[in-house]
Amino acid sequence: MAKQYEFSARRLPYLLVLPQMIVVFLFFFWPAAQAMWQSLFIQDAFGLSLTFVGLENYLKLFKDPLYLDSLVRSFVYAGFVALIAMSVALFLAVQANRRIRGALFYKTMLVWPYAVATLVAGVLWMFMFNPNIGVLSYVLFKRFGVEWNYLLNDSQAFLLVTLAASWKQISYNFVFFVAGLQNVPASLVEASAIDGAGPFKRFWRIVFPLLSPTTFYLLVMNLVYAFFETFPIIHQVTQGGPGQATTMLVYKVYRDGVFNLDLGSSSAQSVVLMALVISLTILQFRFVERRVTY
Amino acid sequence: MRKALVLALLSLAAAGLFAQPVSVEFWHAMGGKNGEITTAIAEKFNASQSDYRVTAVFKGSYPDTMNAGIAAFRAGSPPAILQVFEVGTATMMAAKGAIKPVYQLMAEQGEKFDPKVYIPTITSYYSTAKGEMLSLPYNSSTAVFYYNKDAFRKAGLNPDKPPATWPELFEAARKLKSAGYEYGLTTNWISWIQLENFCAWHNIPYGTRSNGFEGFDTQFVINSELPIRHFTNIYNLSKEKVFVYGGRENKANSLFTSGQVPIHFESIGGYGNMKATCKFDFGVARLPYYPDVPGAPQNSCIGGASLWVMGKKSREEYKAVAKFFTFLSSPEIQALWHQQTGYLPITRAAYELTKKQGFYNENPGPEVAILQLLNKPPTPNSMGIRFGFMPQIREIIDEEWEAILADKKTPKQGLDDMVRRGNEKLREFERINK
Repeated sequence: MAKQYEFSARRLPYLLVLPQMIVVFLFFFWPAAQAMWQSLFIQDAFGLSLTFVGLENYLKLFKDPLYLDSLVRSFVYAGFVALIAMSVALFLAVQANRRIRGALFYKTMLVWPYAVATLVAGVLWMFMFNPNIGVLSYVLFKRFGVEWNYLLNDSQAFLLVTLAASWKQISYNFVFFVAGLQNVPASLVEASAIDGAGPFKRFWRIVFPLLSPTTFYLLVMNLVYAFFETFPIIHQVTQGGPGQATTMLVYKVYRDGVFNLDLGSSSAQSVVLMALVISLTILQFRFVERRVTY
Repeated sequence: MRKALVLALLSLAAAGLFAQPVSVEFWHAMGGKNGEITTAIAEKFNASQSDYRVTAVFKGSYPDTMNAGIAAFRAGSPPAILQVFEVGTATMMAAKGAIKPVYQLMAEQGEKFDPKVYIPTITSYYSTAKGEMLSLPYNSSTAVFYYNKDAFRKAGLNPDKPPATWPELFEAARKLKSAGYEYGLTTNWISWIQLENFCAWHNIPYGTRSNGFEGFDTQFVINSELPIRHFTNIYNLSKEKVFVYGGRENKANSLFTSGQVPIHFESIGGYGNMKATCKFDFGVARLPYYPDVPGAPQNSCIGGASLWVMGKKSREEYKAVAKFFTFLSSPEIQALWHQQTGYLPITRAAYELTKKQGFYNENPGPEVAILQLLNKPPTPNSMGIRFGFMPQIREIIDEEWEAILADKKTPKQGLDDMVRRGNEKLREFERINK
């Protein structure tokens, strides 16, 4: 049983959480409510003419085949980003957690990409893989005969933004996995080793289940990251192209809202996105969390 | 008693304020060197008189600046002057209560204002169909092509006689390819250069209702014979690997500056950048045309941004803006802006002055662009375009263009889809801005 603390003064706890609640309200609930409200109207950029249209903005979205494509694409993208970023990070964390010379050096080197701004990461990847001036696209063509041109090839463009977005998130996942691994009691691992479990069995039967709270937390965070925070990469590398091959939901929200000032549709899109991520998170808590051992 | 004291203090403060110059803000999107020059121009204005003060404030990218202005308007405190990119013109114009048209402002303030001193192709872009100026052009550019003179020599082409027509240009591009260049030709800004400017230059319509100048009930007509022919030609060159696609917006620049591709279509606004980065001898030439098109070449159209005057301001503030606009339009300031930034001057006098100062001897590129704008007086097809949701429409054009090059659509199908999807956006804009 966890210990319960009780405050003697009744108001103090509320007072203590108040600053946080104000921040949450101002920066999360208020804008979300605004988006829901605005999604029911069509209006010009300056808000001079406001017409109530009910759910029309939503209906229009779901009648648009391009939007539905983008919806499916965003799920595939988020799934891949989470999978790649987490499995690579887990692998690296397990390697760095062993007793090796210069472990601290490796850890530091693996963490620093997190300090790179997402937009800068986009620029880096763009320069490396630019079909005309990129170093890596040159190598791909000259050494492997791969005709690399993500400016016109849909799959290559999708692959590129997925890899770039995953790369950016590996460091974050790495930090959490390393911390999680350090909490795995050495005694358990040693005991199973004595019982004759090999390294693979030890990892999958002992370490991985004990890491499940970390993994679960990271799964939620990675999906949220892929859905919401990767748009600078797309903006920098492909701008949603070729065609709409890399137009994700969040990028469309940004383009339609900020560039085109189509506030009704953009608000409806962000509400859809919000609903998706909320339901995804609820689903995860309902079904995945059951299998998590804390 | 206390009330009286407060009142007395307030009136004292007010009296103090009257001695101060009237201060107005100018929000702009000019970063780097262009931002410094913008600030310097505002400072020059402030130093030239003592009644008014203009403060130039950098607000980030074009969309950032426009959004900041709109948010400030919604909150009730917009800046007096807001810089808006050319594709935002329809949105600004539609916001009747939010803006003050420049021609009205100048008339109300009794400021001497003769629209005829401006270069017509530049001001027409920001004017009504009747020729009333809505916003003051600030930074204007137009599309030209850059060519690598060293490469021309290598391929046995005359570096002092760039191709004048499209058939000649395609031929030159093929020759450059056979002379050992990976590709012959590339372009930036498909929509702006290969459609908007292309239509103006050939005097064919981009949309109905004078390219949207006469109302929002307009439709695209770019799936006509000439654009289809042009896109088919470029598509064929791309199959021959003579044309290479470098990406959206200005992403193709590196292909030219690295020396890989010797012919490149780009804005004259990029002239300074080219001068700084190209390690070879290059030239600037005016846009090619199809010689069988009657009346071609007409004149090219502009890109860039203009200054909008926001509504809900006091008389004094409008006076300050009017004085600043007059100052801004003077030949000296325009010549300075033109020579320092590479953007085009908005008055003929500034062009003449720059010419007299010998600037074009060292920098022949910008003069090519000005002469191209002045080639003929603009027609309803070449004044510019006025369509709502233009940023989104340019994106649709990029998408369809990529589908054509990737063999998913024929050039005709691609252009048909641009028209269909573009018209949907136009209808939405029309409905929102009724």
